Amino acid sequence: MLYINCPHCGMRSQNEFSYGGDASVKRPELNKEVSDQEWDNFVYNRKSLRGKHLELWQHISGCRQWIKVERDTATHEIFRTFKADEEVA
Amino acid sequence: MTQAFRIENGGLINRDKKLSFKFNGKTYFGYEGDTLASALLANGVHLVGRSFKYHRPRGFFGAGVDEPYAVVQLYRNGETEPNIKATEQELFEGLEAKSVNCWPSVNFDIGAINNFLKIFLPAGFYYKTFMWPKSFWFRIYEPFIRKAAGLGVASTKHDKERYEHKYEYCDLLIAGSGPSGLAGAYAAAKNGAKVILAEDKPRFGGSLLTSDVNIGNQSGKDWAEGIIAELKTMPNVVVKNRSQIFGYYDHNMLVMSEKVSDHLPSTKKYHPNKRLWYIRAKEVLISSGSIERPIVFGNNDTPGVMLSSAAKEYLKVYGVLVGRKPLVFTNNDSGYETAIEFKKNGVDPVVLDSRKNAESEIIDEAKNLGINIKNSYVVVAAQGYKKVKSADIASISEDKKQLGKIENIQCDCICVSGFWTPTIHLASQSGNKTKFKEEIDAFVPGQSKQNEITLGAANGVFSLEETLKTSFTAGSELSKKLTKKDNEIAIPNVVEKKSSQHDKFWCVPLPKGKNYKRFLDFQNDVAVSDVEIALREGYRSIEHVKRYTTLGMATDQGKTSNLNGLQLVSEIENKVVPAVGHTTFRPPYTPVSIGAIVGREVGKHSKPTRKSPMHSWHEKNNAVFVDAGVWLRPRYYKRGNENLFEASKREAKNVRTNVGVCDVTTLGKIDIKGPDAAVLLNRVYTNAWLKLPVGKARYGVMLREDGIVMDDGTTTRISENHYHMTTTTAQAANVLSHLEYYLQLVWPELNVNVVSTTEQWAGAAIAGPKSRHLLQKLFPNSDVSNEGLPFMGYMEGDLFGVKARIFRISFSGELAYEVNVESDYGSFMWEKIMEVGGEFNIQPYGTEALSTLRIEMGHVAGSELDGRTIPFDNALEGLVSKKKDFIGKRSLQRSAFTAEDRQRIVGVVPLDKQTSIPEGSHLVKDDKAPLPNPKLGHISASCWSVEYDNPFSLAILKDGKNMIGQKLFAMSPLKNKVIPVEIVSSHYVDPKGERVRS
Ligand SMILES: [Zn+2]
Repeated sequence: MLYINCPHCGMRSQNEFSYGGDASVKRPELNKEVSDQEWDNFVYNRKSLRGKHLELWQHISGCRQWIKVERDTATHEIFRTFKADEEVA
Repeated sequence: MTQAFRIENGGLINRDKKLSFKFNGKTYFGYEGDTLASALLANGVHLVGRSFKYHRPRGFFGAGVDEPYAVVQLYRNGETEPNIKATEQELFEGLEAKSVNCWPSVNFDIGAINNFLKIFLPAGFYYKTFMWPKSFWFRIYEPFIRKAAGLGVASTKHDKERYEHKYEYCDLLIAGSGPSGLAGAYAAAKNGAKVILAEDKPRFGGSLLTSDVNIGNQSGKDWAEGIIAELKTMPNVVVKNRSQIFGYYDHNMLVMSEKVSDHLPSTKKYHPNKRLWYIRAKEVLISSGSIERPIVFGNNDTPGVMLSSAAKEYLKVYGVLVGRKPLVFTNNDSGYETAIEFKKNGVDPVVLDSRKNAESEIIDEAKNLGINIKNSYVVVAAQGYKKVKSADIASISEDKKQLGKIENIQCDCICVSGFWTPTIHLASQSGNKTKFKEEIDAFVPGQSKQNEITLGAANGVFSLEETLKTSFTAGSELSKKLTKKDNEIAIPNVVEKKSSQHDKFWCVPLPKGKNYKRFLDFQNDVAVSDVEIALREGYRSIEHVKRYTTLGMATDQGKTSNLNGLQLVSEIENKVVPAVGHTTFRPPYTPVSIGAIVGREVGKHSKPTRKSPMHSWHEKNNAVFVDAGVWLRPRYYKRGNENLFEASKREAKNVRTNVGVCDVTTLGKIDIKGPDAAVLLNRVYTNAWLKLPVGKARYGVMLREDGIVMDDGTTTRISENHYHMTTTTAQAANVLSHLEYYLQLVWPELNVNVVSTTEQWAGAAIAGPKSRHLLQKLFPNSDVSNEGLPFMGYMEGDLFGVKARIFRISFSGELAYEVNVESDYGSFMWEKIMEVGGEFNIQPYGTEALSTLRIEMGHVAGSELDGRTIPFDNALEGLVSKKKDFIGKRSLQRSAFTAEDRQRIVGVVPLDKQTSIPEGSHLVKDDKAPLPNPKLGHISASCWSVEYDNPFSLAILKDGKNMIGQKLFAMSPLKNKVIPVEIVSSHYVDPKGERVRS
């Protein structure tokens, strides 16, 4: 079971969180013309990386904040975590 | 009855407390501190079971967790538990156990014909034999296997025992209380670290209990006792015996099973049977020691053949002689230690050492005691069926290929030592890539993967002095990092006898003309010949060989068999062992009770139960409840002998004719506040929300980004910047997360807050033509007329002094209202509604009537919003704004979603107006068409229309728009029904929606 450092609450067990997928996906702006390809990339196409992956988790049984977690998908190592509005350098 | 094999004195058992127990129906005696195995051996009982495949007689092979044979069915306090190792089960007064895997009895076993008739089940038996013919499986193979094999019987009774889960955090978790574990724990504890020390056996000390060593001028055992006693007094230390750490998971999470009560005749009041510990450790010290490995020879599974370390443990811990004429067969010095213990207890062992010559302090001691030692000698085969009677022995050439003349010597047990295998399971589970250590012919942990360190014998270090030194140092260093304290620890003096190099010899060749079975895996009956077959048939990867032969796949997970299997493969394949590699170690290290894994989450605790504030009223009024997610909701209120069908029909009918009340507390409620609340709603819902006036409600549909309907419900504008959203019961949590996602990540600029208020409000839906009359009486000071409170209107009211929210919304399609009060007033509200509603013939209605009402109105619910439908499919396209953008809108342009013959909701009526259509039935054109019959759609929901008094269903049907009036068939192969049906509009009752506005 992963041990995730919620930037708001501190170290918490994985069972307090729910997974939210790739954090690098950006929703196209509202009211903007979007090509089929662009929209498909947003809705469906994911890289499913092996290795370092920036992903979203929500601390549902805690502060309810969505956070970003930089995790290695192969080893589960967690490198860093970020608040939703924090820029990932 | 005397215990014929118990020595006069010695051992760690309590001779003052005699215990009686039963094995296979016969009564025996043992002592407190015995295991079932030691007590049976004290009574000379060696035959405890039959092997899995050949049903060969089986005895004891080990003295602990590594035991592959002695698996019994245990009876305790009216309960039974299978798969118990006799070597681990502590004796208690009145214990009862039976052999498993033998039918009809352990002494006469029908399955053993397999052995005599040589209908051998060779490698790949399951693969090959049982593949064909398929029809034989259920009739012949399975019943046969079930009866003749298996490792016990699971109880079918409710388990009365309690199991607990515990969550713990520590600085240093230590697996194993041998010299390494004790030293590490002591050093870390002295630095103030929070330490948990776990030992799977009842006694702490590990190898120190049986080894002849001296630490700081005390015996190893006394030193261990002193350390444990001191650790127990320290507030920062938890020491746990009978506790097996069986799994090493991600981020240093380890799981430990503590046997709290298994050693007692019955569980103490308020105590659990077992406790499962989830431990998050900053650092882990794996000091799990090593397991002696066998040398493979003919008939090496005969009862009486056992590990030499086990024989020593039975003697030193339990005061039990496993034989009076022992033969020790060894390739290293450990066998001598066992022989010396026998000799000290007046028994004359014979030692066969495969080495030509070896010299060490231990061997000198054996020689000085006058022990008969034969070098370059091996056991070729054990003789005897149910017990070793003698052994065929022979000298062996230096290249270990040629046997000398076979001699037979009398013996009643053969104690084998093929050197030691480090217990690397936990390190391997943590992700550590193990490496092969040439000097010990075994794998040891490599580079640490998580925060774990493996020391002592588990790391392939068999010198006590070195183990203590490294472990004290590790304990100090690891704790220093965490506590910033650095207490000097004086490492004690160690006196141990030096051993000589072991012999890299593990398998005795077959003598000419003999075809003895030489077993590698004793529990699964995998012999050398089976592995040879597998390799001959082309299996190469060790993982494949394992699965094909079942080597190492039994409940002991190959603790004693793994390495010999690898040696064999490497020998035949002419590769070095590390090139063959080992199979993956997976948790659990030992079998864990299902009960312990489940913990307290049984029965009504298996999931939380949510009840509305009106629950007790429903109970008192004969409600029959149904699970709605984790909520309990009244399905119907039973009157007299009514069944579900009759009651729900009565309740629905009463709504259509008078007035009914339904508990809708379970609906999800989300409070939305902030200046941008309307903007959020406008983006979340498909329809327009910017112009909703205060005091008005609106129905809305929300999509996922892929265009699929996520949920529906009404949202009401309570005040300028305050909205009250309702969701379906099932989607409440998802919708909240959905809103939070967009507010926190996508549109953080919106100034809006959302919070769940589901439990803050109790809700009652009041529906039916007389509902307004009832409302007037409930709220005499409010104007609830059609003008004062029109359809989709909202107002606040005073319900006999209680502040209430009144929404004019309808799910039933009747004139209807929803009244909400703060939860604590829920039952007051409900009772008032029932009391005042009496004169209007009010009746409560449950979810079944609620479904009937919405189905015949064509209102969609979860069975239509099933994660596969878009607004059009549900006839909700009128709510999809063409002007504004919203979540999921772009997806609705996908060609599949705009297809002309897109599926759509329709109504379905059976032609005979009698036969109810099972939900899930497929709609087809031709009921006689060959399979697979092309499916046009499916029945999503069915009811008995109270309006027309005939069955009515909703369906999602291909090209549904153009199918009205068509005749199709509803087919349910599950219910074996074929029903001719007509397709009608989904709005079966009041298609113009006049009632809700009346
Ligand atoms: Zn948090």
